[in-house]
Amino acid sequence: MGSKRLDRRELLKQGAALAGGLTLGAVAPASAQTPASGGPAAASGPTMIRANKELIAYGDRSRFVTSVRIPHGGRPSPDAFGLTFHVATPLQDSVGVITPSSLHYTATTRGSFLPDIDPREHRLMIHGLVDRPLTFTMEDLKRLPSVTRLHFIECAGNQSTPKAKTVQESHGLTSCAEWTGVLLSTLLKECGVKGSATWFVAEGAEEVKGASSMPVAKAMDDVIVAYGMNGEAVRPQNGFPLRLMVPGFEGIFSTKYVRRIKLVDRYYMNYNDYGHLRNDEKETILGYQVGPKSVITYPSAGQQLPGKGFYEISGLAWSGGGAIRRVEVSTDDGKHWMDAQFKGTPQRMAHTRFGCPWNWDGKETVLLSRCTDELGAVQPTRAQVAKFFNVPVGDVPGLDNTIQPWRIASDGSVLNGLA
Amino acid sequence: MGSHRFLACVLLLGGLFLGTSVLAQSSSTYGVGRTPTAEELRAWDISIGPDGAELPPGRGTAKEGAQIYVQKACATCHGATGLEGRAPNLKSKSGPEVETWERGRILPVRAPYATIVWDYINRAMPLGREGSLTPNEVYSLTAYLLSINQVIPEDLVLDAQSLPKVKMPIGDNYEPLPDWKPKTRRMKGYPY
Repeated sequence: MGSKRLDRRELLKQGAALAGGLTLGAVAPASAQTPASGGPAAASGPTMIRANKELIAYGDRSRFVTSVRIPHGGRPSPDAFGLTFHVATPLQDSVGVITPSSLHYTATTRGSFLPDIDPREHRLMIHGLVDRPLTFTMEDLKRLPSVTRLHFIECAGNQSTPKAKTVQESHGLTSCAEWTGVLLSTLLKECGVKGSATWFVAEGAEEVKGASSMPVAKAMDDVIVAYGMNGEAVRPQNGFPLRLMVPGFEGIFSTKYVRRIKLVDRYYMNYNDYGHLRNDEKETILGYQVGPKSVITYPSAGQQLPGKGFYEISGLAWSGGGAIRRVEVSTDDGKHWMDAQFKGTPQRMAHTRFGCPWNWDGKETVLLSRCTDELGAVQPTRAQVAKFFNVPVGDVPGLDNTIQPWRIASDGSVLNGLA
Repeated sequence: MGSHRFLACVLLLGGLFLGTSVLAQSSSTYGVGRTPTAEELRAWDISIGPDGAELPPGRGTAKEGAQIYVQKACATCHGATGLEGRAPNLKSKSGPEVETWERGRILPVRAPYATIVWDYINRAMPLGREGSLTPNEVYSLTAYLLSINQVIPEDLVLDAQSLPKVKMPIGDNYEPLPDWKPKTRRMKGYPY
């Protein structure tokens, strides 16, 4: 660990020299807090940071930890107007299963500003085909029985391509957080859902009042009206003060800034729903609930192995169908597979961390991971998908859940195996 | 403790549990939350379903819509004819002689219900001034977009009654979302 830290420090120095402080701009205030010291750190130990009120009130990570989100798909976020589009999580640096809120991926339907919502003014209204329409304040919601559950959210656009240079580019539109809130079913029981209600429309409070239609069966099963995320209030980029957490469905259904739920008797097809319109049944059906999916995050493309020897391969597996039952890893491009170990107990519709010991012999090879969920569905290769649907390899109907190959070159560099 | 007393205790406890569970079912609410006013319901009830039940009073024609398209600077993003802007195209390059799915992802052509077009404009346009259009303006713009794509005749007056009756070119030639059930695989017969 000690040498690793020194390496990073050296790297930072070089980065500063090369990029002229471009990537280190955020670090400057932190270094301003450190006492002026030109002496070698190794002789006297680390330089010491004097605390300030901000650091005491709300902690900060080390300035040597530089892992950040990046705009996804070549579209700048923020753009010239300050709009946010899709922003990807740095999965290559992830440990464990929880994505820190500040690194959780975000996506907007068409580019968006952040609504600055005063939680004291926020209301959730439930109406339509119910016996008692009700409006809840945030205070009301916090009085009701709550649940706390680990769930991933993944964007339907989380598709790997041969162009992806890192796992952040190929898989970074998925994240996992601990969500706290009231079950939507609890609120619906308060309102008394009429038998004729088959769908519900969820709508946000942001500028476009983004709306999605979902089956009532999902509402009654496991949807959370969430005000908490990773032990604190949901962040504005993730829907403050209130969002839906729709476990296992593609991310767009987890309506941010949720302010209204209407029970209806048919599929409404408003706003976000129009984007799901397809003339191909499999495109529609496979894009709805996320399939079993896994990816190795270490080693992954863009990383560099220092040499042959021992490595613990580490990765994430998840499924919209429930809990992950099995993860297998291949270190020889699929000729042999071995069972990976779970780090902790797999939760339903949550990222599951897996690990697998590996002794690299220094020869070129390909690493793969494949998962199976509680329904017995298995993560496919791109070739298997192509064979099943009789389409060219690379055409994946619905949300891409295919196996990601990472190619290890003999010099230890890791490359996208799709390229 | 004698076995009779023990049994009595069990019966009493069982009875208590039974009593509370029956009570919990009959009073199904926590009594939290309040009834929204009619005005609050009306103001927020903006998702327009296929039968148009939520549509507000108002009216508009394509001719009026063409003027509003200019007044509201829609052309800035969507182009003067709905084709040459940075924002999504509003006019199909091809006419009704071409199969709907081949006419491009054009909302006023591909939407299965005309109410979807109204709903979209009403909630999401214009960029930066969302929600500022009056119902008459939304009816007019909807009529204009449907008219330039030859979905409705130029002189048709759109209102809460006529809009849901507009026959969209796609008909039922699209796949509805699946009938989802808990703990069920994505697609029957698909092993992945």
